[in-house]
Amino acid sequence: MSPTLDLRASLGGEAAPGALESPMVEIERLSLWYGAKPALRDITMAIPKHRITAYIGPSGCGKSTLLRCLNRMNDLIDGVRMTGTIRIGGTDIHDPAVDVTELRKRVGMVFQKSNPFPKSIFENVAYGPRILGVRQRADLEAIVERSLRAAALWDEVEDRLGDPALSLSGGQQQRLCIARALAVEPDVLLMDEPCSALDPIATAKIEELMLGLKASYTIVIVTHNMQQAARVSDYTGFLLLGELVEFGVTRQVFTTPRDRRTEDYITGRFG
Amino acid sequence: MTAARRFWRSGEPFVWLTGGALALALVMVAGLVGIILVNGLGFFWPRDVVRLTLAGGRTVTGQVMERERVPGAAGQYRIKVKVGNRDLYGADFVWVNEADIQRRELPPELAVIERTEWGVLIGTITGLRDGDVLVARGPAAWTEAEQRLPEAIRLRRAIRRIEQVDIGAINHAQEKLRLELRRLELRGVTAGERVEALRGETEALRARYEMEAARIAELRARQTASLVVAADGGKETVWPLAQVVDVSFPNAMGPGAKSLHYAARVWEFVSDDPRESNTEGGVFPAIFGTVMMVMIMSVLVTPLGVLAAFYLREYAGQGPFVSTVRIAVNNLAGVPSIVFGVFGVGFFIYVVGGTIDRLFFAEALPTPTFGTGGILWASLTLALLTIPVVIVATEEGLAAIPGGMREASLALGATRLETTLRVVLPAVTPSILTGLILAMARAAGEVAPLMLTGVVKLAPSLPVDGAWPFIHLERKFMHLGFHIYDVGFQSPNVDAARPMVFATTLLLLTIVIVMNLTAVTLRNRLRRRYATAAV
Repeated sequence: MSPTLDLRASLGGEAAPGALESPMVEIERLSLWYGAKPALRDITMAIPKHRITAYIGPSGCGKSTLLRCLNRMNDLIDGVRMTGTIRIGGTDIHDPAVDVTELRKRVGMVFQKSNPFPKSIFENVAYGPRILGVRQRADLEAIVERSLRAAALWDEVEDRLGDPALSLSGGQQQRLCIARALAVEPDVLLMDEPCSALDPIATAKIEELMLGLKASYTIVIVTHNMQQAARVSDYTGFLLLGELVEFGVTRQVFTTPRDRRTEDYITGRFG
Repeated sequence: MTAARRFWRSGEPFVWLTGGALALALVMVAGLVGIILVNGLGFFWPRDVVRLTLAGGRTVTGQVMERERVPGAAGQYRIKVKVGNRDLYGADFVWVNEADIQRRELPPELAVIERTEWGVLIGTITGLRDGDVLVARGPAAWTEAEQRLPEAIRLRRAIRRIEQVDIGAINHAQEKLRLELRRLELRGVTAGERVEALRGETEALRARYEMEAARIAELRARQTASLVVAADGGKETVWPLAQVVDVSFPNAMGPGAKSLHYAARVWEFVSDDPRESNTEGGVFPAIFGTVMMVMIMSVLVTPLGVLAAFYLREYAGQGPFVSTVRIAVNNLAGVPSIVFGVFGVGFFIYVVGGTIDRLFFAEALPTPTFGTGGILWASLTLALLTIPVVIVATEEGLAAIPGGMREASLALGATRLETTLRVVLPAVTPSILTGLILAMARAAGEVAPLMLTGVVKLAPSLPVDGAWPFIHLERKFMHLGFHIYDVGFQSPNVDAARPMVFATTLLLLTIVIVMNLTAVTLRNRLRRRYATAAV
């Protein structure tokens, strides 16, 4: 385990949150524009290793954009311009020497809408390893089992790995997507509103899963659901109009927010 | 609110309107298919042969084909009788007013004799001659002829095989030698060891040809038997057994025998070569040509169309230019097919084919090899014609794949190429097959461009045979669609040929349906395998 969190340090205001923990992702003065429209303004934060960090904020505040910066998925969108630096594990991800596909193998992603490939359950999980060049059937089987177990799906699907992934229920599909992301053994797992399309029971399963996964992965989650952020996350960042209004230990952000706007949002006065 | 108004507001009339439109469409399609089915399938049924005695004592013997009201005379009907015996009467059909008929009989001894020439012969077999000697007469004549017929058919086939296969091979070899000599001549070599060797080989071939010709003559000499047949009006004809394809006695046949005969004739139709300028016999070369052309076209059009669609949808930046290209591609499907045919002639045949000839087949000039219509050029022209269909279907399939699927793959560290090949392509395959189905259906039914690019009324040989290199893409070919046009409108004997038109149409429809069903089955299997959330 990493050193225990010093709450007072976070509450002190001067020190960056999680300063006492080793950071996995460091974002420095990040700004981003879609064409001429600014989407993120001057964001600086450090995301600690083996913790769950949540981004909250009203729709269109830029939290998904910020998340997608971390595995450079925004590269795929035309007309995106960016300044500032992002370091993951100490490496600048925009360094020309960094291969974007290598980066994405280290930074896995789970999307809002579960998006399994139209293949079998097995092939979905084996997709990443196959891309990495794993050919031996036995190796693939081991990876698939390990990933499905990690995603708490193994017991439900072990006897029907050949079935189409789309025959699974919504919650199972989302856990399959998590298993698929885990199969390439990333360091960081990005989750973009992973439970927004799920019922409460499936949501509870995923949340439980996340708590189990944080021992081995650094998780960043975007959520609309503030109870979810409060339940699962260790740190919370509140974004508004592309600005990081507040970032701190979750309990502090929810109980004693330093910014008036955070308080208004959390208490439901807008958003 | 009145009841009528309430009815109108309920939306019910619109339901009726839509249902009515569908019903109308279905009725028209069913009617068309029904007409084709009845006429096409009825053609092969062995109809009874009636002997009609008319007022005045004249007899007409034949098969009743049609019955219609006499124009201008109320309540009177006339029938069209197929009397055959074109060589004796000059026409295959006569119209008979029903009012004139005094007696109708169905004598069991009336025979329908299918011949290799002159259509059918209808009459009574009265004798069998061997050379000039009458071997049998009366009922015994057929008993004797029945025993000799299989041997006569075997002989005829043997002669045809020698003519087509053995002598064909010799001709082919001779032509190759001639071209070889010509090639040497073009290089300025007119004498020497090589030339002598080639001339020697040519001589050897000529000797082999003489041998084969002698074999044919020997077989022909054995074809001595002939049937004596009595027809209406006291006419008698002596017909060589060697030219008899089949003899049947429809009046004496029960339903079982008729069904067997029916099946045999259907089989002949789909498996045999055409006879008598396509109005008799089978359509096998046309079936072969149609299927082969569609297959070559599919092989050409699928990769091209799919690649183009992938570029348009996956790589090209979406903007006014790409939209224009997309509209242009869609409109290409509306260009009259004959225009594609003209393009095929002008570009593929004259430019591409002409260049190939100058570069690789100079020794055969001025006879063109690729610089004339052929199955390759016809297939290419049709591939061009159907490419919009494949592009549009593939593009729509690509658009229907959720963007999240591509993102998921990219987020796992796959490159765009890996994403395209491993995720997008499998998911879009059903749509590609849909496009291919539409393209095949269109290509199989297309005639106009083919008439310019390589279809012929009668092709001397199939595009695939035993001579190296086995597949001859430069050859002209036969096609069912063109066959329909040719038999129906260019035939010397339209009345006799008309049932063939229906039968050929039915066959073409069947082939299109079979090809489509194959593709649909494949597509559904793929769909199940790659079932997407959207489906």
